[in-house]
Amino acid sequence: MLKNFLYSQKVAPYVFVLPFVLVFVIFWVYPLASSFGMSFQKVTLGQEAAWVGIDNYTKLMGDTVFFKAVGNSALYMVLTLVILIPFPMLFAVWMNNKFMWGREWFKSAFFFPALTSVVVAGTVFRLMFGEMEGSLINSILGTFGVEPIKFLKGQTTGFIALIALASWRWLGVNMLYFLSGLQNIPKDYYEAASIDGASAVQKFTRITMPLLKPTTIYVLTISIYAGLAMFIESMMLWNGNNSPKNIGLTIVGYLYRQGIEKNNLGYAAAVGIVLLIIAMAINLTQLALSGLFKKED
Amino acid sequence: MTKEAAARIILFVFFAVLCILILIPFYAVTVASFKPGEDLIRYGLNLRFDFSVMNLDNFVYLFTGEHAYFTWFFNSLLLTLVQVTLTLFVSAMVAYGFAAYDFRGKNLLFLCVLLIMMVPFEILLLPLYTLTFNLGLMNSYSAIILPGVASAATIFFFRQYLSGIPREIIAAGRVDGATEYGVYLRLILPIMKPSFGAMAILNGMNSWNNFLWPFMVLSDENKYTLPIGLKTLLTPYGNNYDLLIVGSFFSILPIFALFMAFQKYFIEGMTAGAVKG
Repeated sequence: MLKNFLYSQKVAPYVFVLPFVLVFVIFWVYPLASSFGMSFQKVTLGQEAAWVGIDNYTKLMGDTVFFKAVGNSALYMVLTLVILIPFPMLFAVWMNNKFMWGREWFKSAFFFPALTSVVVAGTVFRLMFGEMEGSLINSILGTFGVEPIKFLKGQTTGFIALIALASWRWLGVNMLYFLSGLQNIPKDYYEAASIDGASAVQKFTRITMPLLKPTTIYVLTISIYAGLAMFIESMMLWNGNNSPKNIGLTIVGYLYRQGIEKNNLGYAAAVGIVLLIIAMAINLTQLALSGLFKKED
Repeated sequence: MTKEAAARIILFVFFAVLCILILIPFYAVTVASFKPGEDLIRYGLNLRFDFSVMNLDNFVYLFTGEHAYFTWFFNSLLLTLVQVTLTLFVSAMVAYGFAAYDFRGKNLLFLCVLLIMMVPFEILLLPLYTLTFNLGLMNSYSAIILPGVASAATIFFFRQYLSGIPREIIAAGRVDGATEYGVYLRLILPIMKPSFGAMAILNGMNSWNNFLWPFMVLSDENKYTLPIGLKTLLTPYGNNYDLLIVGSFFSILPIFALFMAFQKYFIEGMTAGAVKG
């Protein structure tokens, strides 16, 4: 009576969610667990793995290249947060102004960059930030009398290119998030504030910002992960995982270098576990803090 | 001049300038796709509109030259179609299980859905890589499709949508003699139809632009997807720039066309997670 069993109301829900359970176990739980296990082993593809205890972690703590990568990822994350949260929020508020012409048209134009793949966008930015006199950015700077800059050879200038790429791709999307958040704020609040004589700045800090908090927390959460896990942007900008003096190396880039390029999978797994811990710690702190602030409101 | 007119003009000028800045890279690629790759190597990517060097050679080469571009293009197209169809089918089914029933372990399982959305996929790259290697799935599309088949974000979105559908419909279906699966297939799926647009677009865009995991799995040039193929054209010698630029330009077009036609769904799909927060 297998058919009756499968068609019963008690069993049917499990049949519906079964694909998720399978994918979750095979492609998430198992890899995560094996990643954890691998981080205590010396693993080379096609060979027997050997337990090495916490060797990978102790080696990692003395690895200056790893700390360079962590620093780069952290810097990238912080810069994207500092730029890609306040500005899109402010721009969304301006765009939401009742005197705005062509709002829908601008909204779609700002969304265009998000449609491109990182491969295409990264290639274009690599060429725009090229070191020749005639390369786009240098040719603009040249009209102000600035000598051509080798953008991708320096730490600061390399990061300018990287952040420009990130800002270009995500400004419009984050604006959309804030715009849809703004639609949930009742207009009466602003009218009441106007009657009480509140200024535009007061309305922004006292009404808009607090009521946009759910959207802000969402954008913050996804931006923290995206920032810490960034890799392909750097890979495309420097055309590979080897930037001069590792100026563009990120945590995932280092994981990729050790795991795939050097076939040092155990060590790379330890890098992944450290990344997971950093990401979890930052986001849980962030969520706890925003929850605490909520009580004070 | 009134205050209103001033506000209108300031706002418009500000966003117009921002808009031009954002569109510059697109303009640069478009112009460059009409110039010889050699010109690009020598003078760099710029906005110069110079009819003496601009021609259609790159486009002619794109459509008639001997290269694998359209193999990659159709691989991407095929992979995107298969991935979107499977992901929507499976995720909608799972979401229905969560929305329509109360069963033991439901909350715990749904917590797992949220957990997946919180762990960066990049951490799983290596174990997935060894798993794929051990299963003998290297260089196969299954290795790309399977891990994403029950997409957490898509399940989450569908479940939200389904929670707005009254359970009486399901009860009524049962009274009429439909099986549990009959109710889903004949009653619920048609009701869910409007929510498929946004998720089809979101998953399609992700799939079309997906790079890192396919790049690690695929090694056969004839199986490459478009982003991987384009990446291989970016050599230090610049000898492939004729194809690289025009190919990049051309790879954006299908997504642009879709965006223009289904803008509403794009925006709905992108902002699906944010509003509920």
